[in-house]
Amino acid sequence: MSDNAQAALVDVRGLKVDFLTAKGGLFTAVKGVDFSIGRGEVLGLAGESGCGKSTIALSLMRLHRPPAIISEGSIVIDGEDVLAMSPERLQRWRWSKVSMVFQSAMNSLNPVLTIFEQFRDVIVRHTGVSRARARERASELLALIGIPADRLDDYPHQLSGGMRQRVVLAIALALDPKLIIMDEPTTALDVVVQREILQEIVELKRKFGFSILFITHDLALMGQFADRIAIMLEGRLVEVAPSAQLINSPQHEYTRRLWSSMPLLTRG
Amino acid sequence: MFETLKVFLRNRKALTGLIIVLVYVAVAVFGPLLLNVDPMDRVGRPHQPPSPDELLGTTRMGRDVFAQVIYGTRTSLAVGFFAGTIIVLIGTFLGIAAGYFGGWFDEVITFFTNVVLVIPQLPLLLVIAAFMGQTSPLVIAIIIGLTSWAWGARVTRSQTLTLRNREYILASELTGERPARMIFVELLPNLLSIIGFNFIGSVTYTIITQATLEFLGLGNPMSVSWGTMLYHAQNTSAITIGAWWEVLVPAVAVAGIGVGLSLLNFGVDEISNPRLRTLGTVAAAVRAQQKLDRQRLAETRA
Amino acid sequence: MRAVQHASEMLRIDGASKVFHLKPMLGPAHEVVALNNISLTIGAGKALAVVGESGSGKSTLGRAVARLFTLSSGTIFFKGKDIARLHRRDERHDYQRSVQMVFQDPFSALNPAHTIQHHLERPLVLHRKLRGAALDAAVREVCTDVELDPEATLSKYPHELSGGQRQRVNLARALAVGAELIIADEPTSMLDVSIRRSVLDLMRRMKETLAITFLYITHDIATAQFIADEIAIMYAGQVVEWGLPKLVIANPQHPYTKLLLSAVPDPAVRLDEKDGRSFSSDAQAVRALAKKSTEDIREVQPGHYVRGYMAAS
Repeated sequence: MSDNAQAALVDVRGLKVDFLTAKGGLFTAVKGVDFSIGRGEVLGLAGESGCGKSTIALSLMRLHRPPAIISEGSIVIDGEDVLAMSPERLQRWRWSKVSMVFQSAMNSLNPVLTIFEQFRDVIVRHTGVSRARARERASELLALIGIPADRLDDYPHQLSGGMRQRVVLAIALALDPKLIIMDEPTTALDVVVQREILQEIVELKRKFGFSILFITHDLALMGQFADRIAIMLEGRLVEVAPSAQLINSPQHEYTRRLWSSMPLLTRG
Repeated sequence: MFETLKVFLRNRKALTGLIIVLVYVAVAVFGPLLLNVDPMDRVGRPHQPPSPDELLGTTRMGRDVFAQVIYGTRTSLAVGFFAGTIIVLIGTFLGIAAGYFGGWFDEVITFFTNVVLVIPQLPLLLVIAAFMGQTSPLVIAIIIGLTSWAWGARVTRSQTLTLRNREYILASELTGERPARMIFVELLPNLLSIIGFNFIGSVTYTIITQATLEFLGLGNPMSVSWGTMLYHAQNTSAITIGAWWEVLVPAVAVAGIGVGLSLLNFGVDEISNPRLRTLGTVAAAVRAQQKLDRQRLAETRA
Repeated sequence: MRAVQHASEMLRIDGASKVFHLKPMLGPAHEVVALNNISLTIGAGKALAVVGESGSGKSTLGRAVARLFTLSSGTIFFKGKDIARLHRRDERHDYQRSVQMVFQDPFSALNPAHTIQHHLERPLVLHRKLRGAALDAAVREVCTDVELDPEATLSKYPHELSGGQRQRVNLARALAVGAELIIADEPTSMLDVSIRRSVLDLMRRMKETLAITFLYITHDIATAQFIADEIAIMYAGQVVEWGLPKLVIANPQHPYTKLLLSAVPDPAVRLDEKDGRSFSSDAQAVRALAKKSTEDIREVQPGHYVRGYMAAS
């Protein structure tokens, strides 16, 4: 809850991300953004499409694709300056300190590899353990999210949408990261499955103590799940506040507009 | 329309290709008009190397290589574009029909296409050309056109099948458009890039195949084209004698148009695939980011 | 089983069932019961929302109404006529005109090679046989009907418009054809949350001022509430609860409806980890019992009906 810079897991200052355009110009997608994420905290990042939230998410792991360039700013995660890491360190650091869950599981899972092979890829690459040990670890991870170990030999298309997303979550947990970035992880799923997966994430967070950067456009969902919420508009953070405060008394005009334009269920 | 042209021209490969092709076309159209000679005339002594009088030397028969290559450009390009057009017309028509209508219509056309595809091109052309005796470039163009459309038809059919099931096609059908309009107005504009690609590829293929056939002696030795130039050079043992210009000139002509057309095709590819369009900026961004990363790494180490 | 009697029925679905026979390349053939004896009606100028998760059969229902395939059993009546019996060409043509579908992805329904003008002109030329000045006027009218500025929109290509604008163009095209019933299958789920309401409001206004009937298919019950005069909750090919939205939502009877409503994010209720395991096992139990097919229908109160279920022992 506290923003004490020493205690914060993630500290981003003045992050600026530019895109080179075909005509030789520059489009600034992220315009000098500051935020921090505490240990074990869930920070929600909300905004409309094109506001730059996915760009921030990718930039944290330096996974931004050209023509994007991180031109200014600093990203410090667990005391390390991410932008100044050597390529070798970056390779080892990715997935072991920070991992990511994307929106569409079918885009993250290789359709021609079995579930076990997807795990093995990550586990062996980073820890170099034997195949048998990797299989044990994969079974453990599946158990965490409630999938029986015999599904390890199935292909992604043999699993339901919700199960696939859980597998992607388990792969993100494989190396016990300190921060998991979730970019619209449940947007493509129906509400019941969404609730189930989020409850599992809550429990896993309690167990392992990781922080979460949770990106979604569903403010209501964020109100339930995030500790603090940051609202993004056209590359800038316009409001950052604890959830209850943002929901009950939003300060910024845009936040208010965002709330009023959402179709919310009015229960009888 | 204009936007597409601008994107096309901004692409260096496409621009180079276009310039090369335009130069060839200019030579084909204006060359003979400006030169105004008969390329089959004897102008000098046999096998003279390039000199101020005969810029590219003379052949065994004392004919001017320079004049030959200029007139030959006209013949070769004409054959190329003519046959290319035939190939594209047949291939596109059959490909779209098969892809759009499906069913037994598709089965019949695909079977027919596969048969033509599997037949070995060159032996078939050799047999036909030999059967017809010494054939004019026009006949060669027709023969090539009628036997080389199969690949383009397959590609066009595949692309049509992909588009066929797009929602906007289904929506147009639900609106009640008739098949003819569906094909020409709704589908065709989306197929233009593959048709263009097919056309340019076909022209390249035709020019090279025509040169090959004529080189093998199946053309009319009295006509003037790059292929017949090579034929004569071969027959008169130009290389052995050391008359390199007789062989090099038509060879470079063929290679040059091949390069030009291929570069042009890269451009067509990049227009149709928007992701390829930004390759230039992607490279620039990668360089810029690497520079920044090195700076930051150096600062921390310092 | 008709839920609410309508003054004039636009659409009546009577005992519709659809079984798909799947023969994969490797493995035995199996059957999927996509629709199991569905009976629903929609009154003229009203909106029925069919709410369910993926696999519930809601999209299949939409496609059945659009005549994209024939039912295994049961009948669909449009304005009193059995749609499976439209043998004459002009009858089918009329149906195509009267019943239009708007899809989830606003971009893919528009031809990237043509302007919006073209998209809106074609149906007007084909169905209302307009030409020249009358055609232009009609195109502009249909544009303003969906709250798009003709000057700014007509000359643009699909990729130059935003998602919300494209969806409006799709609705305009349905109007241009002269649709009386629009089947909207998840029309807002690919749009930004902040513009969903404006598209939903547009659909509601189309219903109220232009008397368009809507079959609105969605998994998001909150959006259904915005437009629906009646709501039907589907699971595993059956309708488990239906009736007036304010009755169904305020007083859900079927376990699945209760599960669905409790899962909709309520910003006032934090996700408590203590609920975790119980929610998941409850969900599984509810799914198991909702799958069972029963014929038992109960009236909760006038305008609110629920399918019977056997409580877990």
